[in-house]
Amino acid sequence: MNQETKDIISVNNVDLWYGPFQALKNINMNFKENDVTAMIGPSGCGKSTLLKSLNRMNDLVDSCKITGSFTFNGKDLTKGYDITDLRKRIGMVFQKPNLFPMSIYDNVAYGPRAHGIRKKRELDEIVETSLKQAAIWNETKDRLHKSALGLSGGQQQRICIARALAVKPQVLLMDEPTSALDPISTQYIEDLIEELKKDLSIIIVTHNMQQAARISDKTAFFLLGELIEFDNTDLIFTNPKDQRTRDYITGRFG
Amino acid sequence: MNQTKIKDNLFRFLLLIIASLSIVAVLLICFFLFYNGLPAIFKIGPANFLFGMQWNPEKDVYGIFPMIVASLYVTAGSLLFGVPIGLFTAVFLSKYCGKRLHAFIKPVVDLLAGIPSIIFGFFGLSVIVPMVQSFFHTNGKGILTASLLLGIMILPTIISISENALNALPESYYEGALGLGATKEQAVFKTMIPAASSGIFTAIVLALGRSIGETMAVVMVAGNAAVMPKSVLSMVRTLTSNIILEMGYASGLHREALIGTGVVLFVFILIINFVLLLFKKSYE
Repeated sequence: MNQETKDIISVNNVDLWYGPFQALKNINMNFKENDVTAMIGPSGCGKSTLLKSLNRMNDLVDSCKITGSFTFNGKDLTKGYDITDLRKRIGMVFQKPNLFPMSIYDNVAYGPRAHGIRKKRELDEIVETSLKQAAIWNETKDRLHKSALGLSGGQQQRICIARALAVKPQVLLMDEPTSALDPISTQYIEDLIEELKKDLSIIIVTHNMQQAARISDKTAFFLLGELIEFDNTDLIFTNPKDQRTRDYITGRFG
Repeated sequence: MNQTKIKDNLFRFLLLIIASLSIVAVLLICFFLFYNGLPAIFKIGPANFLFGMQWNPEKDVYGIFPMIVASLYVTAGSLLFGVPIGLFTAVFLSKYCGKRLHAFIKPVVDLLAGIPSIIFGFFGLSVIVPMVQSFFHTNGKGILTASLLLGIMILPTIISISENALNALPESYYEGALGLGATKEQAVFKTMIPAASSGIFTAIVLALGRSIGETMAVVMVAGNAAVMPKSVLSMVRTLTSNIILEMGYASGLHREALIGTGVVLFVFILIINFVLLLFKKSYE
């Protein structure tokens, strides 16, 4: 784990408010390329808020105010990128599968189409590659043009991942992607994350500490809007420096 | 214990009877309409009645084909104007306008729904008719005028039902689309509207029903000539207009033929509702 990789996203002195409530307090951290970074902490600690700031989904919240800056590929994340371009490069998988009420094919092709790809052959290829990447091709190849909502929750979530991969992002944000799934589906997704990190960087919010320990290279522990500790996952789980981290991972609160 | 049960059942029975009243009303309307209208249709001959080109009560000639065509034209025309405007208004209300503007526009749209049709008729007569008159140099009454007026009258139906359909969609569709780098327009027009299509279809069908059944406003601006229309500017008489124009003085077969006109209108409404029912079933 000690190889020198470059930072893909940096968070610099970020404070974030929802109205009068301060959800993030002076966050500084760097996400490394091709790492899986897990963000853990009790509910309301700010980890999901930080995740949503990375592809500017917080823009949808009127009362949200952010100070400090984010850097992505060396450029300012807010001012340096067009918002649709940014979200294309930094994809997101949500907590609950949120496929659109259309066919599997149309779901996966949605992003590429939104970015102007029209040729059927090109779309066919993207859909196939993405579904293969998300390890759901075999289960879906015979029913690509049937409604995506007829599948199980776990299959839907993998199609959500395929849909996010179809626009070829550099970073994939995952907001508790397995919290609504059964253990076997969770296993599939965890294997998938392991596979995907070869090609992209993954930042995952999870409530499941075993999951963080299993799949991530780095782990960040948040508490009440502060980043308490951020280090290699094996260190966080075997020898945390901060007492609060120790208490949390040993299950004393949370 | 037993007494409460009896009371419960009694109350349930009472509610059942009250709830049945509307069913009884529908059945009675069906019965009397067909009972009074069908004999005339058969006396005249169904083909002569439905496809006859002439309506001349003085000679006992009763063909309503021009009126069927007129009703269909006027209704289609109203949808042509009303559906795009209503749908875009619903999209604006649901996704683009802020809370304050919404609090202003929504009550106004609701008010539009509450305006009596005779008032719409006055509006058509004093505003739309002169406009069409000066623009096309006709007398101003006809298919186009009636369509424009009906297009406005069906707006509230289309707007509120479509807006409800859009608002009922999970926010996750919208977020999901934006998360893939779609623009707001793409998220709204390629995700939200297709996802709400069942509700929007319902809105259109209900508007269609309102349009085809509207009487007062149409009779004031359509010109009421019982002949086949030659263009969108032709004066026409719709099925509903035909009934209201002559029912006051008609008697005998003439009167029955008017009720027969009502039967045809009613069958149209039944078909519309049946299509809606089928659509809803297939959607589930």
